Amino acid sequence: MPDSPFEYAPAPESRDIANLKPAYRPFIDGAFVDGKGEPLKTINPATEEVLAEVSTASKSDVDTAVKAARRAYEKTWGRMPGAERAKYIFRLARLIQERGRELAVLESLDNGKPIKESRDSDIPTAAAHFFYHAGWADKLDYAGYGPDPRPLGVAGQVIPWNFPLLMLAWKIAPALATGNTVVLKPAETTPLTALVFAELCQQADLPPGVVNILPGAGDIGAELVGHPDVNKIAFTGSTEVGKLIQRTVAGTPKKLTLELGGKAANVVFDDAPLDQAVEGIVNGIFFNQGHVCCAGSRLLVQESIVDEVLEKLRYRVSTLRIGDPLDKNTDVGAINSREQLTKIQELVDSGDTEGAQRWTSPCPIPERGFFFAPTVFSDVQQSMRIAREEIFGPVLSVLTFRTPEEAVTKANNTPYGLSAGIWTEKGSRILWMANQLRAGVVWANTFNRFDPAAPFGGYQESGFGREGGRTGLEAYLDV
Amino acid sequence: MTVTSTATDTPSPLPERLADATRDETSLRRFLHGLPGVDQVGVEQRAAGLGTRSIKKAAKRWAIDTAISMVDLTTLEGADTHGKVRALAAKAKLPDPEHPDTPRVAAVCVYPDLVAPAVEALQGTGIGVASVATAFPSGRSSREIKLADVKMAVDAGATEVDMVIDRGAFLEGRYGHVFEEIQAIKAACGQAHLKVILETGELATYDNVRRASWLGLLAGGDFIKTSTGKVSPAATLPVTHVMLQAVHDWHATTGELRGVKPAGGIRTTKDAIKYLVAVHEVAGPQWLDPSLFRFGASSLLNDLLLQRRTQLDGHYSGPDYVTVD
Repeated sequence: MPDSPFEYAPAPESRDIANLKPAYRPFIDGAFVDGKGEPLKTINPATEEVLAEVSTASKSDVDTAVKAARRAYEKTWGRMPGAERAKYIFRLARLIQERGRELAVLESLDNGKPIKESRDSDIPTAAAHFFYHAGWADKLDYAGYGPDPRPLGVAGQVIPWNFPLLMLAWKIAPALATGNTVVLKPAETTPLTALVFAELCQQADLPPGVVNILPGAGDIGAELVGHPDVNKIAFTGSTEVGKLIQRTVAGTPKKLTLELGGKAANVVFDDAPLDQAVEGIVNGIFFNQGHVCCAGSRLLVQESIVDEVLEKLRYRVSTLRIGDPLDKNTDVGAINSREQLTKIQELVDSGDTEGAQRWTSPCPIPERGFFFAPTVFSDVQQSMRIAREEIFGPVLSVLTFRTPEEAVTKANNTPYGLSAGIWTEKGSRILWMANQLRAGVVWANTFNRFDPAAPFGGYQESGFGREGGRTGLEAYLDV
Repeated sequence: MTVTSTATDTPSPLPERLADATRDETSLRRFLHGLPGVDQVGVEQRAAGLGTRSIKKAAKRWAIDTAISMVDLTTLEGADTHGKVRALAAKAKLPDPEHPDTPRVAAVCVYPDLVAPAVEALQGTGIGVASVATAFPSGRSSREIKLADVKMAVDAGATEVDMVIDRGAFLEGRYGHVFEEIQAIKAACGQAHLKVILETGELATYDNVRRASWLGLLAGGDFIKTSTGKVSPAATLPVTHVMLQAVHDWHATTGELRGVKPAGGIRTTKDAIKYLVAVHEVAGPQWLDPSLFRFGASSLLNDLLLQRRTQLDGHYSGPDYVTVD
């Protein structure tokens, strides 16, 4: 983008709204308690400053939390009529809305995502998940799982750092609606909104033990997954950890759902609505800095229009504003951790080495904090690492295809299978492609749209089980 | 910022790909229908997304002044009189007498028979006189009458002509007819700038807006304009997005800069700033200039003036503190 006379003055959201406290503690059996684990410091990835000290759970805390969840399941929550459970879940949904601004600012501080995304996407969608599942709580007889389907008991849930509160909602809302109790471990680098959610549970008078939140690192997640008195495990995160969990759970009666990595193909045909396709490509890979398991990280463009698409795409990407996540005009925020930034850099270097053409947005980048300029690799081949491995950052790999059949072959040629996008004005081709693509979610002429009524999940190394919709209830029912 | 004239007697030859497009009716149809479609959900989402930009402080002051300098101050009523036009011209010259540093508007826009008093009142100010013409607003008349309408405005001294396309012919698929008519009117304009009104509210689909935009550009329109203001819906953000994209793509293809003018229904500073953000991010920063972007408006100017005072004085002043003309 050339120099502009129209410089947007900073429009920062006040960080005071986040109501940040110097210390946070685990939430067990309805109360905030000191964890026996090594305390951790959670930082703001946009500035590298420490936000708060978080007391973490130890192995014995995991056991205490599971026992509390078991008690709550047997004495109150598991026996409670669905209509009663619904009242609590509706209350949680409303509390998320009421404290939406606080949660949005806190999420942006802790995670590094732009405030416009936490404000307009994460928090409203999280509330929507609670509203939706509150509606199911007294209608489970009609969900298609037989009369009076029973809950499983105690659910152990481990969630990632990319959508801290939204992933919590995806896990806790269906678990509570179906009558299970929960022990949830938020990600090591983003525990704060989950611990504020624990406050909401107190505000909503949720019976003690129904929801327990244990901050900690991977070892606490492993302890929770391995705990003998947990009936169900739900995990969202990396494929690598997903495989470990599957090994741990194998041979036990625990039910398991995994929502893992992805390398989604976003397929653009020559008859696509090009300007909106470019918007969808941008949204598909730069939304949440590309820290999205279903990100459209592999762009497959019909060879006849690749130059035109690249030209439009580069112009559009150069208009993205990178910087302070709390500025309402920021489009791309901070990478969540130094570790992740290093990983992105390493994969981008491999793209250079293997001969792909790198284009980087000329946008200014803040000097402090973890930032990575939006990057587009063209002339990428299937055999390159950047076409096969999940980068989990603002890096797009552009490949070409000649025919619809070839598009399908290339799109499906991945160990993953979480999502895919199709861009064409031809309805029959959309339907044909959607049938051929091996991905849990297929978007047509749009990308990264979420709704609690739409089931979400993967094929192959992207995991199994579905979250959301009627289908998503099954994971928490004894059927 | 000054309003520069880019109108020429002989339009520069089009690149080969585009010259072929206008060879005959069949080629023109193929070309227009070969343009990429516009996805309604996508374009509306993008417009809404850009609408959430938060423009504050210095950026807001700059945007307000820029918006004022882009206004085509308009009166298009059956009841218009010489007196009304003179009042409007005075407002155009000195929008806010208590803040003489307020920029002047770009032009005053009137019916053809009132061009003369407008020209007289604006003599030597550099403010343009725009005239609607071609059986405005419906465009339902003979070619002769439309051309006579244009001639009358230009002879009276209009520096800009806002024509309407024949929406009937466009919807019948007679693109060649629409194309030739714009060309004929462009020729009749002489040195005057031509703004081509698409009346997007009657075109019904974004695909049609894109085709009509390209048709207007191919035929030599200096500006493409959304609406007459007499049909609802008039200007909308998503429609303007499609048109801004068209001039951006036109520039990428031909190297020529053409303008865009949304008109009708833009009444508040907040809305005007949303349009400027769209100009900035869809067409490009180059278009943030009255020579390439205008607002067709009447009541918008007073809201801009009130907001400008708020920025400068630090408090709101009421509607009685700006002039009603």
